[in-house]
Amino acid sequence: MSIDIKRRLFLKGSVAASAVGAAIGAGMLTPGQVLAAWPKEAFDNKDMAGSMETLLGMSSAEESGEIEVKAPEIAENGAVVPVTISADMDGVESIAIYAPNNPSPLIANFVMGAGAMGYCQTRIKMGKTGDVVGVVKAGGKLYKAAKEVKVTIGGCGG
Amino acid sequence: MAKSIKIRAKEKDGVVELKALMTHPMQPSGQKDKKTGEPIPPHFIQEVTCTVADRTVLTAQWSGGVSKNPYIASMFKGKKGEKITLSWVDNKGESDSQEAEIK
Repeated sequence: MSIDIKRRLFLKGSVAASAVGAAIGAGMLTPGQVLAAWPKEAFDNKDMAGSMETLLGMSSAEESGEIEVKAPEIAENGAVVPVTISADMDGVESIAIYAPNNPSPLIANFVMGAGAMGYCQTRIKMGKTGDVVGVVKAGGKLYKAAKEVKVTIGGCGG
Repeated sequence: MAKSIKIRAKEKDGVVELKALMTHPMQPSGQKDKKTGEPIPPHFIQEVTCTVADRTVLTAQWSGGVSKNPYIASMFKGKKGEKITLSWVDNKGESDSQEAEIK
């Protein structure tokens, strides 16, 4: 009897251990491999120029009238600010969205793949009134355009 | 975390307009609980990948500065009936993916 119970406990224990192993495998290994390209340093940088340097290889961008940044004049709720960026130029490689007045200025970077248009749309958080800057990389050069958004209630909390 | 993604993809004149909604808290790093002062652990989507018939059309890298339950829209070349796959991975290693057909 007692051996039987022990055997049962042992089996239970090994099943639990393998489940933990699988959880670690799923939780720890996968993101490391999948997210190897996630530019942590660029997202952590509190300075927009520094972040651009890390992310895109250049710290300054040329003002361009071919980029349109669509965002509301006044955002009543800073937690949800709809932003659309369209770049009317050839060979758009990536579009980055910056909010220089946020604690972490880099919000998102969209890398365009095969056949993608220079267009992206999302919703962002803004801590306070400031510019939304779209930085477009096209043909190895950086272009930017900005739009000021007045935020009445900040969305970055405290 | 099943079915956290909703996709709508419509083709017009050879260009597909993709609209997608994801369900996610998008908790940025560096925030503290206002009452207790305890730091809130970050939990946000880091990468969104969109593929159409094995072509990667879009990779989005995000910080916690993207709003809760994120919305994404993009445009790219494609055809009706092609299969579109959208997937995300967050900073905790959780992920989800959803398939849809271009209409």
